[in-house]
Amino acid sequence: MSDSAILEFIQQIINGLTLGSIYALIAIGYTMVYGIIGMINFAHGEIYMIGAYVGLLVITALGLFGVESIPLILLATLAISILVTSSYGWTVERLAYRPLRGSPRLVPLISAIGVSIFLQNYVQLGQGARDVSMQPVLSGGWRFGPEDGFQVYLSYMQVLIAVVTVAFMAGLTLFIGRSRMGRACRACSQDRAMANLLGIDTDRVIALTFIMGAALAAVAGVLVSMYYGLVNPFIGFLAGLKAFTAAVLGGIGSIPGAMLGGVVLGLAESFASAYLQTEYKDVVAFGLLILVLLVRPTGLMGRPDVEKV
Amino acid sequence: MSLELAKTPVAQTPPLLEVQHLSMRFGGLLAVDTVHFEVRPSQIFAIIGPNGAGKTTVFNCVGGFYRPTTGTVALNGQPLHGLASHHIAQRGLVRTFQNVRLFKTMTVVENLLISQHTQLETRLFPGLFKTPKYRRAEAEALDRAVFWLEKVGLLAVANREAGNLAYGQQRRLEIARCMITQPKVLMLDEPAAGLNPQETRDLDRLINELRAEHGVAVLLIEHDMSLVMGISDEILVMEYGRPIATGTPAEIRSNPKVIKAYLGEE
Repeated sequence: MSDSAILEFIQQIINGLTLGSIYALIAIGYTMVYGIIGMINFAHGEIYMIGAYVGLLVITALGLFGVESIPLILLATLAISILVTSSYGWTVERLAYRPLRGSPRLVPLISAIGVSIFLQNYVQLGQGARDVSMQPVLSGGWRFGPEDGFQVYLSYMQVLIAVVTVAFMAGLTLFIGRSRMGRACRACSQDRAMANLLGIDTDRVIALTFIMGAALAAVAGVLVSMYYGLVNPFIGFLAGLKAFTAAVLGGIGSIPGAMLGGVVLGLAESFASAYLQTEYKDVVAFGLLILVLLVRPTGLMGRPDVEKV
Repeated sequence: MSLELAKTPVAQTPPLLEVQHLSMRFGGLLAVDTVHFEVRPSQIFAIIGPNGAGKTTVFNCVGGFYRPTTGTVALNGQPLHGLASHHIAQRGLVRTFQNVRLFKTMTVVENLLISQHTQLETRLFPGLFKTPKYRRAEAEALDRAVFWLEKVGLLAVANREAGNLAYGQQRRLEIARCMITQPKVLMLDEPAAGLNPQETRDLDRLINELRAEHGVAVLLIEHDMSLVMGISDEILVMEYGRPIATGTPAEIRSNPKVIKAYLGEE
């Protein structure tokens, strides 16, 4: 392999990891909700879209006030977007899913699709159906490689995405693994009825799951709006579908699985657009899903279904 | 002389758990038909009967898992029906199931910490910043877990995954997990199922210890007659959803209706 080919390969890994981080953040929301109530929250992509909108609005507003410090913009935007988006997540669970608890599996699924359509139209009404854009907050980056050949470009934004994603995932892992509420979450995902009989308020745990999933989707939304500087009310659909694919790929119900699935999917898409054609990236992404489901139906890190009595 | 004095001391203690007129209908099947019973503090009360007699249905109604068609369940005079499962547990009534239902991929000690969840502070702020109060509570929870692990002989395997324990160990862990919530009534659904004779004898000793040292009342469903007859203070026999006899083990053993239900007509 020539030097240029190696550098191109490295570039695709960088792009893939960036994309994969975003997928992974959204995928965690799918996987946690599935892990606890066994339902696919099809409105999750829209929750991410709302997170991106809030992010963009806050950044624009901060710009109007003349705030220029990048760390300050990042922290304020993340905080506000997480707050707003997770209250959406909580509200959706409270109004559209909790009243349907105990009904057949298909019922909350249909409710979720309804919520998804509702949120898309709600944002269109409030913010318009067109793209909303803004000036990039953080531009520039590093170039590596020969002056005359292929140069690897690593933007500051890509580094920021990776750092923020890793920080939030580490936080989530610690929370789930070490805290009491995290312990309650794990117990509920194994046997919700038993956890309830031992005195755990499972409705609270479920609400918390939606809040945490929405918070991570908000992080993804903020990062995406900073990266592309562009949002519209429909970005939730494809991103949600991809993140759902990532969650299934990694083994739905498993948090590390969702992280891995997101990264694998991001890398696959990035390589497909570089070495095949850009149009093939979705084909490869969903083809990969079908392949994994055929070979390993429980996903990369999923456990085989334990028989529940 | 007042009537009160004529009663035996046991009868004088007010019932801890009171089940009245309990019936449960599933469509056309009357699974439980007007069952009454009372469990007094520190009493070991067993429900026995052939398969399909409705014993587990009674359990599910008492524990709030099913909503009974008619009848009331009261703990310490307070009605339990209509309460959410976690509130029933917080009032002091916990249960095990016929099949072991541990959190299998969590460690043994985590299984015991989970059931102390409600006694522990779970608000976000103290948890996030690990305040001294939070740490102290967590340490106390761990102490209680260690106490119960020692009690049921599982201290050596405290950090193993619960699903990897031997069956008898899993059964004991389930009991410890219930007892750590400091219940008033412990409901055990066939605790001896699948145990070998030695393990059954250990279980017998453990249940007696729980009653003697922790004052818990035990409501028991069991097929193992040697266990039931050995430890129960009072037995309720059911057949086809109906109660057919109540009494001490000696009375039950000689009751013709019970003999008929178990052995058929002569």
